[in-house]
Amino acid sequence: MSARTLVTGIGVAAPSGLGVEDFWAATRIGKNAIGPVTRFDASSYPSRLAGEIHGFEPAEHLPGRLVPQTDRVTQLALVATDCAFEDAGLDPGDLHPCDMGVVTAAGSGGSEFGENELRKLWSQGPKHVSAYQSFAWFYAVNTGQIAVRNDLRGPTGVLVGDQAGGLDALAQARRRLRKGSRLIAAGGFDASICSLGWAAHLAAGDLSVSEVPERAYLPFDAAASGYVPGEGGALIILEDEEGAVARGARDAYAEFAGYGATLDPRPGSGREPGLRRAVLAALADAGCHPAEVDVVFADGAGVPRLDREEAEAITAVFGPLGVPVTAPKTTTGRIGAGGAPVDVVSAVLSMREGLIPPTTNVELSPAYDIDLVAVRPRTASVRTALVLARGRGGFNSAVVLRALD
Amino acid sequence: MKGPHVSKQEFTFDDLKRILLEGAGADEEVDLDGDILDTDFESLGYESLALLETGSRIEREFDITLDDDIFADHTTPRSLVEAINASLKVTVDA
Repeated sequence: MSARTLVTGIGVAAPSGLGVEDFWAATRIGKNAIGPVTRFDASSYPSRLAGEIHGFEPAEHLPGRLVPQTDRVTQLALVATDCAFEDAGLDPGDLHPCDMGVVTAAGSGGSEFGENELRKLWSQGPKHVSAYQSFAWFYAVNTGQIAVRNDLRGPTGVLVGDQAGGLDALAQARRRLRKGSRLIAAGGFDASICSLGWAAHLAAGDLSVSEVPERAYLPFDAAASGYVPGEGGALIILEDEEGAVARGARDAYAEFAGYGATLDPRPGSGREPGLRRAVLAALADAGCHPAEVDVVFADGAGVPRLDREEAEAITAVFGPLGVPVTAPKTTTGRIGAGGAPVDVVSAVLSMREGLIPPTTNVELSPAYDIDLVAVRPRTASVRTALVLARGRGGFNSAVVLRALD
Repeated sequence: MKGPHVSKQEFTFDDLKRILLEGAGADEEVDLDGDILDTDFESLGYESLALLETGSRIEREFDITLDDDIFADHTTPRSLVEAINASLKVTVDA
């Protein structure tokens, strides 16, 4: 039997708050953070809303040498990592560098940096492209920069699976802990609110064209009409229990108790989508009966077909109205690889406060037999939480988090 | 060969500091305005990629082509400024 994997620190950079305190203050009451795109001129695009992080000045948080060589997504990832280590009560220098690693997920890498350098390439020529373009655009860059800045020389990795990748990264971190690492910094980040990133979102489809921030992203609502992109993510410090106890870690948030992942069958095959099997795998991995689950943090695609699939999977496992379901990402939009790690942060804070954050703006469609925590937060004893994430291309991942005794 | 165009053809220590800051930023523990003329770029916190970016910016702004080994042969600000001015002089004379 493997030792338990504990969540000992959290750091978050989300449209609803930079830092855990601001984030939770907004999330617990469902404060909307979606608004008009301001990071680039989106006036000529069919979709013009986003969940943006306002007021983030990288130079206030990061060394002068790092700022010119990093995209916004990496700057957010580095700041969230600093917060997570601080939250864990740990200086990376306290442990041997080779005992610590980092695994992150990303969907699109440094889009804005890449866009700017490509623009210079086309308009001014190759001599004008930054030498830092060599890595700043890359979806692996967050893992690399986090490792370098914090001197984490143990196992590293990068997962790409859209939303699902954010949970897959945490699971990969647990594998590395079970193979002997002491600590893994794990999470996911995306920030592609720039014309290049927007083109990718639009080409992939399902972007909401609503002009009204409160009506644009409505998972499980009869008016669901697509999603709004958000930016940011979260970094979770995961430690093996024995090591955490030995260093005197106090106030660990939860146990990372179970994980399951599946791929959807080929489109048109008529076979059942993979989400239900991912949930069952995660529950089995955690040794957890469905009746023990106190809340489900839904993926909340905001696309009717996908919402229906998710509602059916939840009902199949838990029964009609069998468990409270929430999707607090309605406040931020969908953050790609960052979305599920942000939900993990919400889940452990739900446990701590005994409060399930609401699915802002949503009125549950009568077509779904789920107990959606809509509009208002709900007080509840949260001992076990299930976080779901699905990615384009048929990725399904599920994670079970359990409160510590 | 007189006139404003020629007067730009000198590479100063201030030019170097400005280009380093623009392209690669500065380490908080280093004062670029201090006595650093004879300090190695490495000690100033600039790794090979930062120097590549710096060289590329100098080439663009001063319309010259630097030798690939320039930062290997000239590892301090003083030495680099002298080498680039020598290179500019050749360009102007030619």
